[in-house]
Amino acid sequence: MASSKLQVSVVAADHEVWSGQASMVVAKTVEGEIGILPGHEPMLAVLAEGQVRVTTDNGQKITADASDGFLSVENNTVTVVAGNASLVK
Amino acid sequence: MGAQLRVYTQRIKSAQTTKKITRAMELISASRIQKAQARVAASGPYSRAITRAVSAVATYSNVDHVLTTEPEKIERAAVVIFASDRGLAGAFSSQVLRQANELTELLQSQGKEVTYFLVGRKSVAYFAFRKRASEGQWTGGTDSPSFETAQEIGQALLKSFLTDASEGGVDEIHVVYNRFVSMVTQTPEVVRLLPLEVVEGVEEPDSKTVLPLYEFEPDAANVLDALLPVYIESRLFNAMLQSAASEHAARQKAMKSASDNADKLITDYTRLRNNARQAEITQQIAEIVGGADALSGAK
Repeated sequence: MASSKLQVSVVAADHEVWSGQASMVVAKTVEGEIGILPGHEPMLAVLAEGQVRVTTDNGQKITADASDGFLSVENNTVTVVAGNASLVK
Repeated sequence: MGAQLRVYTQRIKSAQTTKKITRAMELISASRIQKAQARVAASGPYSRAITRAVSAVATYSNVDHVLTTEPEKIERAAVVIFASDRGLAGAFSSQVLRQANELTELLQSQGKEVTYFLVGRKSVAYFAFRKRASEGQWTGGTDSPSFETAQEIGQALLKSFLTDASEGGVDEIHVVYNRFVSMVTQTPEVVRLLPLEVVEGVEEPDSKTVLPLYEFEPDAANVLDALLPVYIESRLFNAMLQSAASEHAARQKAMKSASDNADKLITDYTRLRNNARQAEITQQIAEIVGGADALSGAK
């Protein structure tokens, strides 16, 4: 059964932007916005230019800019990979 | 002061000045290696994630992609050479260039034409001096490479790769760079970048864990289209970072032995100078004694 947490890491080409546990990830792919909750099926998606929003497990919201990258989901592990990514303060 | 004595003093001075420079360069490189190594480590998660994704797509879809299919006949091959911008780094640039020349001979013996893409002022100078042509040159910033440069190189390579051989494109791309093994060893390495051999030369994902069946969005072909250029950029960026770390390590080693040599020279010349000074004094005494003898004999 799916556990209730997502392990999220946002990585840019030269450093890891953010990593930690989250309850939801919202990202914008080339086909539209997608929300990922724990238990999501394995997926590889191409990201469109836009923001990735992560809701951490204590309810905090983190936003990151990500361009020319992709998103992979497997086993409750979400990896957002982008050539250029940065946290939005 | 005698002529001989003056010459020795000059030599000692010159060795001391050289030593100051080499010692400073050694210390600078030593401090930059740490930073360069940290950057190699920091780019790890990115390249691991990409490698994993690329192998996932390649394994679970039957998409034939132009970047992964082996062309029937390879007419022209490109060689990307990562050298340094500045010298005084021992054999750093020359060993890469030597490796590239060996590769060239090998490719030419297989009947392929070779074109070059050069990174670093040293490789550009090497080619300019021998009046050899190159397709692309990137100089500046080899000691702390930026991802933008890797993207630029990647795009130039892809453009050339996607052009037909009859129109001046290439069918194969090789990369030659210095791999950072340890602080004392950096080995020149040749990696074939295109056509892709997925998961080769980089850290592979653990072979025991089976990759899950992925859902692709929009579809496998499109995902692969987007992933492969990124994968190539990441490989290039990794090569650049490794090369930068190697450059600093090579420079530190070269400058350390230069400083040691300067030390040895200073000791040797100081001994010779003392000898010469003593000889001069002895001669002066002999002259005085001789002179006094002659004077007393004349009375």
